[in-house]
Amino acid sequence: MSLTLGSSWFAVRKELPPNTGKLLTFLSFVIPFGLWCLVSYVPIFWHPNMTVLEVGDTYFEEGDNVKKVDFFEENQRKLDNEEQPAVGRPSNPVYLPAPHEVAISFYTAFTTEPRLKDEKWLHESLWLSIKVIFYAFMLSSIFGVPLGILCGTFDFFRKLHEPFIEFFRYLPAPCFGALAIAILGIYQAPKIAIVFIGTFFQQVLVISSTTRKLDLSLLEAAQTLGATRFQLLTRVVLPGILPDLHRDQRILLGWAWTYLIVAEVVGTSTGITWFINQQGKYRIFDNVFAAIMMIGILGLISDWLLQEAGKVMFPWKGERANPVFRAIGRMFRVGQADDELEEA
Amino acid sequence: MDKPVYQQQSPQVAERFAKLKQRPVVLDVEHLGKQFLSPQGEIIQALQDVSFHVHRREFMSVIGPSGCGKSTLIRIVAGLETPTSGEINLDGTPITGPGPDRGMVFQSYTLFPWLTVKKNVMFGLKMSGHGEVEAEQDAMQWIELVGLSRFANAYPHQLSGGMKQRVAIARALANRPRILLMDEPFGALDAQTRAQMQAYLMQIWENVDVTIMFITHDLDEAVYLSDRILVLKANPGRVDEMVEVPVAHPREPGQFLNPEFLATKEHIEHLIHPPVTEEIERLPIQRMTPVGDDVY
Repeated sequence: MSLTLGSSWFAVRKELPPNTGKLLTFLSFVIPFGLWCLVSYVPIFWHPNMTVLEVGDTYFEEGDNVKKVDFFEENQRKLDNEEQPAVGRPSNPVYLPAPHEVAISFYTAFTTEPRLKDEKWLHESLWLSIKVIFYAFMLSSIFGVPLGILCGTFDFFRKLHEPFIEFFRYLPAPCFGALAIAILGIYQAPKIAIVFIGTFFQQVLVISSTTRKLDLSLLEAAQTLGATRFQLLTRVVLPGILPDLHRDQRILLGWAWTYLIVAEVVGTSTGITWFINQQGKYRIFDNVFAAIMMIGILGLISDWLLQEAGKVMFPWKGERANPVFRAIGRMFRVGQADDELEEA
Repeated sequence: MDKPVYQQQSPQVAERFAKLKQRPVVLDVEHLGKQFLSPQGEIIQALQDVSFHVHRREFMSVIGPSGCGKSTLIRIVAGLETPTSGEINLDGTPITGPGPDRGMVFQSYTLFPWLTVKKNVMFGLKMSGHGEVEAEQDAMQWIELVGLSRFANAYPHQLSGGMKQRVAIARALANRPRILLMDEPFGALDAQTRAQMQAYLMQIWENVDVTIMFITHDLDEAVYLSDRILVLKANPGRVDEMVEVPVAHPREPGQFLNPEFLATKEHIEHLIHPPVTEEIERLPIQRMTPVGDDVY
């Protein structure tokens, strides 16, 4: 039993049974979280510092977070002088808050008033970041998707554009920061430009390659059915690559988030990056952690939404979407006719 | 009679061929040649001086050893490749490129995976500017003809290989092509499905006003389905012989063992694989099993 179980866990290119799969998905989050809890709550793990509870006659102040060496040296000195030593408990440095502190910050970060009058609340910062991503990704897609499809369909456009794009994509987007500020000012525009530069060139190449993967025989079949060149593009190429295009866009959106963080320090720092840097300066690392996780959660949720939407929109791929999404799809008459057939 | 068996036609069969040859020529191929440039830069003669015609409502097969250019030939007729010399006319008009008057069924399944069966069959009609309602009505008739009404709203990934090819046939026929080109359409199917598909295709051909050019490498299939069989030779691809199949119509699976069926098959077999005169090439194998383990 154990032998067959073990070998079936590591079978090459074989899917695990659904329950094992679910368990592992669960564990993939629980293990890092568990390690974090262990380091935070069990004193024998790490805890290189002491938090001062009672000051005694030492020079510490209550609540100070000091290195163990310093703490015990000072106490020893006080004991030698027959003075009152400090009382403390082992703790981690401030830059590693415990899970519950971060969880609390998730809420309090939104409710805490900014320290300075003209500073932004967290939700305002987040919203600014989302807007930068949205505009940059939209702009990039408006030009990048059609150009990518053209390059993938017509060798003319491929030979004309791809060599330059191939060169340009190796230039790191952040190095255009100074240029972007000179041209576009210091506010949101240069940030959008940097996310755009980071996304656009990759987008053209990725989508061009996706387009080229479309089965050539489908185009030949369409031609023998009387499709014109324009119809080939709109009725075969476009619907044919749509599911893969959707997947590419999901991955590219993830890249756009990566460029966001560097873009937001260009000019006047704004958005979620500004919030993180500001909280770091105040040494409120609970908030830093909370903000970083918010980006992760936003990414995870938007990606999951897009993935499920894809399953509804492309029923011919044979992947069943979540029932809620299917119901929404039916409301908008997308991806119907699949249910009746499953009995057939 | 001194004629070989495969040329002995019964009076009915002879009469049928006489009538067939009086019908107008749909496809006229004259001195067709095709050269490729190999990756090494050599010129490869894929087809050389190929000439034949296909009459209206004829079922003509093309057969030949691998590398005889039969696929190239049908792709040129479809307009997917251009010949280097010679002429092809469809109803007297030269072929310049692919078009809906030459519907094609490919060996690989080429149904559009994002369209349902019905929408696949409607595709050609929509391309030529038919209205949605008209196209749908027309498409449903063709789907019914291939016996797939129940699956009109299914997506291709939900169908078996045989069903997919039936949809592909319906899709090509919906355009009312002058000639239906079939490039080894049943090559990827298992033996049982293939026999079933051959019977279906016979039925369709008998009931629909269509001329068929059919590429195959299966002798039984060619003899069973065809009026005439164009046998090609390889290197370079050229016409070997045009064989008139002496098996009577309507064709039935029972005819597979008729003497004229077997004789025709044997004759074509000899054309494709000439009787071996030199010694068959043998592998340089040494005995590797223990003594007392003989297979004979």
